[in-house]
Amino acid sequence: MSVHIARNLDDALEDLSGRADATILAGGTDLLVEINFGRQRPSHIIPIDRVEELKDLSRNGHVRMGALITYTRMLENDVGSPALVEAARTIGSPQIRNVATIGGNLGTCSPAGDTLPVLAALEATVVLKSKRGERRVAFADFMTGPKKSVRRPDEVIVAAEWDDAGVAQTYMFAATRNAMAISISGLALVIDRARRRVGVGLGSCGPTIIRASEAERFATGLLDEAGWEKPHRPSDAAAKKFGELAAAAAKPIDDVRGTVAYRRHVLAVMGTRALARVAAIP
Amino acid sequence: MRIKLTVNGEEREAEAADHESLLTVLRESLGLPGSKNACEQGECGSCSVLMDGDLVCACLVLGAAAAGRSVETVESFSDGETLHPVQRAFVDAGAVQCGFCTPGLVVATYALLKRNPEPSDKEVREALSGNICRCTGYGKILEAVERASAAMYRR
Amino acid sequence: MSTALPRTKVRGGVGESVERPDGVPKVKGEFQYGSDLRREGMLFGATLRSPHPHARILSIDVAAAKKMSGVKSVITSAELPTRDLFGLMKLDQPVLATGRVRYVGEPVAIVAAETAEEARLATRAIAVRYELLAPITDPVASLQPDAASLHQKGNVIEDVLVEHGDPDATAEVVVAGEYELGMQDQAALGPEAGLAIPRQDGGVELHIATQWLHEDLRQIAPCLGLPESKVHLVLAGVGGAFGAREDVTLQIHTCLLALATRRPVRMTYGREESFYGHVHRHPAKLWYMHGAKKNGDLVFVRATVVLDGGAYASSSPAVVANAACFGAGPYRVPNARIHAVGAYTNNPPTGAMRGFGAVQSCFAYEAQMDKLAVALGIDPVVLRERNALRNGDRIITSQPVEGSAPVADIVRRCADIAMPDGDIPSDPISLPGGLGNLTRGEGVRRGVGFAAGLKNVCYSHGFDDFSTARVRLSRDTRGPIVHVHTAAAEVGQGIVSVCAQIARTELGVERVEVDRPDTTIGSAGSSSASRQTWMTGGAVLAACREVKAELLARARKAGRSPDDLTALLDEPIDRTVTHRHRDTEPRDPNTQNQGHVAFLFAAHRAVVDVDVDTGLVKVVQVATAQDVGKAINPVAVVGQIEGGIAQGLGLAVMEEVQLRDGHVRNASFTDYLLPTTLDMPPVVAVLIEHPHPDAPYGAKGVGEPPTISSTPAIVAAIRAATGRELNRVPVSPDDIVFGAPYRSGWRIAPGDDPRRAVRA
Repeated sequence: MSVHIARNLDDALEDLSGRADATILAGGTDLLVEINFGRQRPSHIIPIDRVEELKDLSRNGHVRMGALITYTRMLENDVGSPALVEAARTIGSPQIRNVATIGGNLGTCSPAGDTLPVLAALEATVVLKSKRGERRVAFADFMTGPKKSVRRPDEVIVAAEWDDAGVAQTYMFAATRNAMAISISGLALVIDRARRRVGVGLGSCGPTIIRASEAERFATGLLDEAGWEKPHRPSDAAAKKFGELAAAAAKPIDDVRGTVAYRRHVLAVMGTRALARVAAIP
Repeated sequence: MRIKLTVNGEEREAEAADHESLLTVLRESLGLPGSKNACEQGECGSCSVLMDGDLVCACLVLGAAAAGRSVETVESFSDGETLHPVQRAFVDAGAVQCGFCTPGLVVATYALLKRNPEPSDKEVREALSGNICRCTGYGKILEAVERASAAMYRR
Repeated sequence: MSTALPRTKVRGGVGESVERPDGVPKVKGEFQYGSDLRREGMLFGATLRSPHPHARILSIDVAAAKKMSGVKSVITSAELPTRDLFGLMKLDQPVLATGRVRYVGEPVAIVAAETAEEARLATRAIAVRYELLAPITDPVASLQPDAASLHQKGNVIEDVLVEHGDPDATAEVVVAGEYELGMQDQAALGPEAGLAIPRQDGGVELHIATQWLHEDLRQIAPCLGLPESKVHLVLAGVGGAFGAREDVTLQIHTCLLALATRRPVRMTYGREESFYGHVHRHPAKLWYMHGAKKNGDLVFVRATVVLDGGAYASSSPAVVANAACFGAGPYRVPNARIHAVGAYTNNPPTGAMRGFGAVQSCFAYEAQMDKLAVALGIDPVVLRERNALRNGDRIITSQPVEGSAPVADIVRRCADIAMPDGDIPSDPISLPGGLGNLTRGEGVRRGVGFAAGLKNVCYSHGFDDFSTARVRLSRDTRGPIVHVHTAAAEVGQGIVSVCAQIARTELGVERVEVDRPDTTIGSAGSSSASRQTWMTGGAVLAACREVKAELLARARKAGRSPDDLTALLDEPIDRTVTHRHRDTEPRDPNTQNQGHVAFLFAAHRAVVDVDVDTGLVKVVQVATAQDVGKAINPVAVVGQIEGGIAQGLGLAVMEEVQLRDGHVRNASFTDYLLPTTLDMPPVVAVLIEHPHPDAPYGAKGVGEPPTISSTPAIVAAIRAATGRELNRVPVSPDDIVFGAPYRSGWRIAPGDDPRRAVRA
């Protein structure tokens, strides 16, 4: 095994371009588990955790979050998405949050990655860079399967970007334990009042993060009627309907953490609650 | 491969074999077995150390990638026979049983109290939720945090 | 200068919450656990395990592994020196699989190499050809006459029938139910670890984290082909036990590798391997029927209990006996029939875990008591008080409860503990789902549940249960000092403190050192069955009293005050005493009436918030009253109570080794969930001190009762909040949301022989 600690982004890209067997190491909270359990023995590792260019956060109507922003930083700073902050708080423990990054969540691309439903709901863009140049991929096109994405072997995820969508958003997840848990299912809801857009992202209920477009259309209709500018209190029936539509978009499986039936059920509950909660936020 | 890093204030050189975690390097190569190996996946906090001041699970840090970092382990906390107030509080409160989680909890409690000198019960519970203790049921640990906070800041 | 035996009470004696002697090294990270041990030139051991639940081994090819870099030894069953079976109660478990594997994780070969990675890679290079056999994973199916035999003598590990009064009695009010408990793991944080060092005399020294050095010795020596005198065991630091270290895991393997290589060998399991390497708590299926008079008096209990023993017996016979003997709970039941059977299957072996058989029955009989309370229209606490065992009452084995049985007092005092603040919180972190941010009160309902339980202390049924202690009173330049030496394993519970406290109180000397346990002294028995305070505490007490008698004799002879230790201790006083509790009777349908030494009781009340829409639970408070006899170290007693409740909570709502076709699906702390600080509520504990006349200072054991009735209390509270039947633990969110009760798929009339079960 060889290790090349990247000094800066160019250094990382240079090292990455030459070889197909390289594994990028950010916070390490996914990769080291694979290594410790003997499931992976990467032949070349490029730790990028010292690449300062990837630690910037800018916000000016448009948020650009460097790939190495940790969950702790999300909790300590205004990162332009309350849902992302809520997602960050659900992840692991302080020890994990101090090192785990948004770029790592994107890089691993697990359907259980907690920031990913939020990025889906925000219609975020993933920024990838290689020696050949930079490209931008809509999150919807980024993830192609469980732990599979369109990232090419020579690319580094450098940032996630999205239009500032205001504060009417939330993330919630269900797990059997009250802390330190991987979600049975998670749901992000964003109501972008300025752009008159609703985003719903579902986690841990299919091979990829799922956008619940029927639910989005339904909520858009509700807000078209009620008015986008002001807080809204959806009827119980409407909130329930929204939840059902969100759940209907899921393609869950039975696994060690939960059943198909429970996943569908709890997504409906989360959808119902999320709409009631978020629609009421000005 | 050989790496250089600062451990408990000292420049050290260590052998970090392929794929070994910082935890293994500390325990097997640097003679610092205080940080414990209980889950190897960041789920229990027994290996908690400070890396460049941040609380991390040493089992999730690639040893070779820790070159140049500054690491503080539980071994750095006491001054000879004099325990750090956090350590003293764990002993006094009866927060130690088998003790396997204790080094990690001492480091995590220290990290918490540096950031938040007088945390509420809820804040303590959230901050220590990544440190599993199988013996105590946490009651005496919460009491130890309270005692440590008092000893460090209110006297 | 004269050093005097203090006339005033010495500090740090019985009844004080003294600091643990191992507390300082533990907080400093200096305490040496098994996995911390090193020796110059040490090799690392690794184990190749079966990937199949049931298979015939056609061939094992180790040639490639032997040639690999760093590899010093590869051992399969073909290379074993002598006896190839071991076992706690039955000699049925191969040291290394011989011809057949019976569970996923069964050791097939072991390797020693220069590095841990080399050892691991070598195990992967061993080629084993298997012929797969159909696994039996349902213990009830395993007991049926048509089942294939997993062992020579069939699939019944143990069969215990307890009958009392008129087992076929009838009653005015009858309730029945079917229950199941999943497989719980002890999940001690310190994984299995040991270091074996070959000795000049051809023997071996093993430093091992275990619960019982001498039992390990008894099992290890014959498998090494060595007399016990050539195998020396020393206790390494133990990172928790809870029953998982009762059995031999890597002990024999580590010694075999050290003897084969003539070099020190350390074996340490990782977390995943630990799940495969040690026994778990028995999963159980139970069928119960309770009958009562309309006034609430219990008339009969009938039950059938099937425990899944997994592939090998371990301590199953005793666990089955406990499930049967305590199958009616801490209540006066004039008529009973409990039929408990342990079955071999191709699931991972099961054995000791805190509560040991009493946990399984308690979950069922306490659910039954609540059902009965509803059927009778009587408050569940009142029903329990009404039927509570009193001194002199007989449990269903006909054994009278003697010495102390404050059951009604425990029930009442637990029920009287102040309830928590009645408001449901609004911060998600304090609500079901916690950091998942699921609710701010939506869907949340509060429930309260109650349960009580009983269990024996010490070993039962004629087992020669003893502990040996050596107490040495001497003086050095700093004055008098006491050394206490026993083989009692300190596993976290605090026996080191108890021994020191007893010595201080008895001898009036503050300086007490508790020496490292090893096999140079006689057995202390296991750190299990809540017995070390009673047994090793009792042995230390007896040895101290002999030392004191000698001191008084010397004082009389010298015409001096017994306090004049300087003059009297020119020669140290050194006494070794073996302490036994009173005899128990072997288990036998006719003579089991004196099967147990004494009984432990506790009651728990749980308050829970349940989000009925998501099926998630937050335990708000657990209140408990426990009869401890005498709290030798009150803080340590509360620590045992709180820790035991945490394990009971885990079993109630999250902890299960999930099995599918014999495979463990969650051998990691990511998916085997242990309670965190945000899951464990505040505990309010009332210690009831009714001294037991036979116990040292009246101190009963305290370790197990907290784990026994906390689980049913929490589940009862969830039932109260949801109205669901919840007849299986751990309760899953599905159980709460959808409410489908667990069904075993078998029809058995409670009390009947499970070998005559009919598929439902």
